[in-house]
Amino acid sequence: MNTAMTTGEETNSPPARMEQQFAPVRTDVPAPRVGEATAKSAVPALAIRRLCVYFGAHQVLKEVSLDIQTRAVTAIIGPSGCGKSTFLRSINRMHELIPEARMEGEIRLFDQDIYSRLVEPVIVRRRVGMVFQKSNPFPTMSIADNVTVGLRLNGVRARSVLAERTEQSLRMAALWDEVKDRLQDPAISLSGGQQQRLCIARALAVQPDVLLMDEPASALDPLATSKIEDLILELKRNYTIVIVTHNMQQAARISDFTAFFYLGQLIEFDTTRKIFTNPTQKQTEDYVTGRFG
Amino acid sequence: MTTPATSAVPKAAASAPSLLVRHLGDRVFKWLTLLMALSVFALIALIGIELWRGSHLALEKFGWRFLTGSEWDPVNGRFGAVPFIFGTLVSSAIALLIAVPLSIASAVFLTELAPQWLRQPLTLFIELLAAVPSVILGLWGIFVMVPWLRQYLFPWLRGAFGFLPLFKGPIYGVSMLAGGIIIAIMIVPIITSVSREILRAVPGLQREAAYALGATRWEVTRIAVLSYAKKGLFGAVILGLGRALGETMAVTMVIGNRPEVAASLFAPGYTLASVIANEFTEATTDIYLNALFEVGLVLLGVTIVVNAAAQMLLKTFGGPGVRPQH
Amino acid sequence: MNATNHRWRNWKNASMQALACGCALLVIAPLGLVFYHLIKSGVGAVNWDFFTKLPKPVGELGGGMANAIVGTFVLLGNASLIGVPVGVLGGVYLSEYGSSKLNWWIRLGADVLNGVPSIIWGMVVYALVVLPMEGFSAWAGGIVLGLIMIPLIMRTTEEVLQLVPNGYREAALALGIAQWRTIVQIVVRTALKGIATGVLLALARVAGETAPLLFTAFGNRFWNHSLSDPIAVLPLQIFSYAISPYEDWHRQAWAGALVLLVLITVINFSVRVLTRDRFPSNKS
Repeated sequence: MNTAMTTGEETNSPPARMEQQFAPVRTDVPAPRVGEATAKSAVPALAIRRLCVYFGAHQVLKEVSLDIQTRAVTAIIGPSGCGKSTFLRSINRMHELIPEARMEGEIRLFDQDIYSRLVEPVIVRRRVGMVFQKSNPFPTMSIADNVTVGLRLNGVRARSVLAERTEQSLRMAALWDEVKDRLQDPAISLSGGQQQRLCIARALAVQPDVLLMDEPASALDPLATSKIEDLILELKRNYTIVIVTHNMQQAARISDFTAFFYLGQLIEFDTTRKIFTNPTQKQTEDYVTGRFG
Repeated sequence: MTTPATSAVPKAAASAPSLLVRHLGDRVFKWLTLLMALSVFALIALIGIELWRGSHLALEKFGWRFLTGSEWDPVNGRFGAVPFIFGTLVSSAIALLIAVPLSIASAVFLTELAPQWLRQPLTLFIELLAAVPSVILGLWGIFVMVPWLRQYLFPWLRGAFGFLPLFKGPIYGVSMLAGGIIIAIMIVPIITSVSREILRAVPGLQREAAYALGATRWEVTRIAVLSYAKKGLFGAVILGLGRALGETMAVTMVIGNRPEVAASLFAPGYTLASVIANEFTEATTDIYLNALFEVGLVLLGVTIVVNAAAQMLLKTFGGPGVRPQH
Repeated sequence: MNATNHRWRNWKNASMQALACGCALLVIAPLGLVFYHLIKSGVGAVNWDFFTKLPKPVGELGGGMANAIVGTFVLLGNASLIGVPVGVLGGVYLSEYGSSKLNWWIRLGADVLNGVPSIIWGMVVYALVVLPMEGFSAWAGGIVLGLIMIPLIMRTTEEVLQLVPNGYREAALALGIAQWRTIVQIVVRTALKGIATGVLLALARVAGETAPLLFTAFGNRFWNHSLSDPIAVLPLQIFSYAISPYEDWHRQAWAGALVLLVLITVINFSVRVLTRDRFPSNKS
């Protein structure tokens, strides 16, 4: 398989790096320096410090620290079982749905501690939206009702607001033109790719600050996948997006920053270009060049 | 690509909205549903308490002699439950003897041997039979079954097997045997449907192995399916027994309602449930009513034990998807 | 294997299949006979009078079971008021909350309750309701039927809710919807058809109950004007007519039985229709 060389650069593997020992990311500093890219805003959307997640006695995430920049796409890559999904779910406190889950460390959303004792998970989840691997529009509701369900069940009743938000979200999800004439049709009458875009519209309708995506296109055919990817590139102009993907080409195509996880640890976090062309860690290089995974 | 409207810009750039709110709805709802779920314990306690309280006079007066006394004489205040225990046991035993072979054979037929087009309609019929209320079956029992038994079956039985004490004595029609038959009709559907589920849970691999050895359809059933499902089927039988013990209306209408212990199956009988149904509203004295409550206590105890045994058997040996339905 | 052995095995195979078939037919025979006699003896007496008139005094011909038919519906309505909320909410708890240990005990309790003979329920409600109220009543009848329905509905509700895919719960929670709203407006709403099915099945089951009503609702020769008075119910009426010595009452008992069975069959049939547009499973 080819390495992610969309920029056309060559991979330079100086002989010296062959001897480089694997060194874990240092955790005694506040945050890893983000390569050459300039941060798009002074306050990172998410500041994660020494995050550890346990399921019972089993430790799934070990001392993860990184910053997620605003209005950029951050990709989380790594082999199966490395903790990517758990990491994603800890950002909107969804891992708490599992009874024996426990976390240590800190996550700040725009400098607010989302794990503070005074904060209910429900509130966090309204600010951090999530799109899942398998599209799951609510089967008993129409397309329009699905889009606005987050608003309605949180108390928003004004028809005009709902209608406006419906159109807005469906436009943002690049679905409006396809469904504008049949908003009252059942949501499950849409195709797989359309359903996933509907789920994105549903998540966007509550106007989250951050959008989390857990392998959103893995269940879709290539045409639908490319539509989703175009959509993500469009969305990042206004949203902070964190996307978990096992498809490295996808990560290279659409993300600005990439974090490589392995066995629960953050091995390397840098701009996508650097990760895929000139990674500093040997394990990263091995993964992106397909030597394991 | 359509451009997003300006109001789509997340408000994050400005002051981050507060994350601090409390949610009362969750707590209230959880406690409400918990309360409703705990009602099962409250109900069980209620049943036990009320039966105990209702029977305390009789419990004090008779103690264990209630279970050994064979005289039921409300006029003179003498109450013994033996005739009813006898009647319940015998009628249930008859019912099992008739129903179990029929049910299991039908279940085998439905799952293993019947042609595909026949299975759905047949299953439907059996489920319809399960839905027939006891009183309607009792009605048919009084006016159709009992006369037929009195005219045809019983005389034939007496003629053929009259040397046995079981088939001696006068024929009224209403009898222990009639009670047993009608209970059998009532419990056949449930034993059949639970047995069906158990047989279907037998892994296909067992059957395939037997077929691969060149066995005929019947042999496959016998070797691979029935022996594997033995214990689960036993659970189904016990479940049927539990149901038989509690049968009230249909039995009351055909069993004759005479509190006597007799050897003949043609003699009228009386079950624990029937005596309560018949005499509850006639009970004039307190001790009478208490005695009936104590009969209920006995019935409850027996039923719970049998049903618990059935549940255990089915949960252990029944395989997935077997739900002990009542 | 030699030829004789083979022939013997084939013969045994065929005869066993025939035997099993015969047993199955024997099993459904009573149903056929019951239906046949119901229709034969009952259809004649089911006329307009039957549905509209009250029972005539003893010995007089004619009259109907209007009060009993209405009474059945009244009791079923009352019973639902108790059975449905407690059963459904209890089922919600079993499915959506609770530790597996507590839930195991609750399920066990529900199964125990399901096995209690209905006449015992009647005795309990007699002690709890009839004695304090100093009389039989429609309330008592409704309460006893409702109590019988609770464990039935609880188990079917739990089963149906478990079938709702977890993805819906996750999607709703990820939108920041409160958990109780997720359960009520997403999960329960998705499973509504199944829950309704469970309720209908429980109703069909208690519609035919006679024993517990013998000393709670008790029956009534006239119209029931207050829920604190005894009330006529179809199964009770059928029973008392059947054991009476009057030919005319026997005829009416058959008619009543026919009407009751039609009612129950209609409920069961509509359950089948409700569950029809699920994907048909490959049942043998």
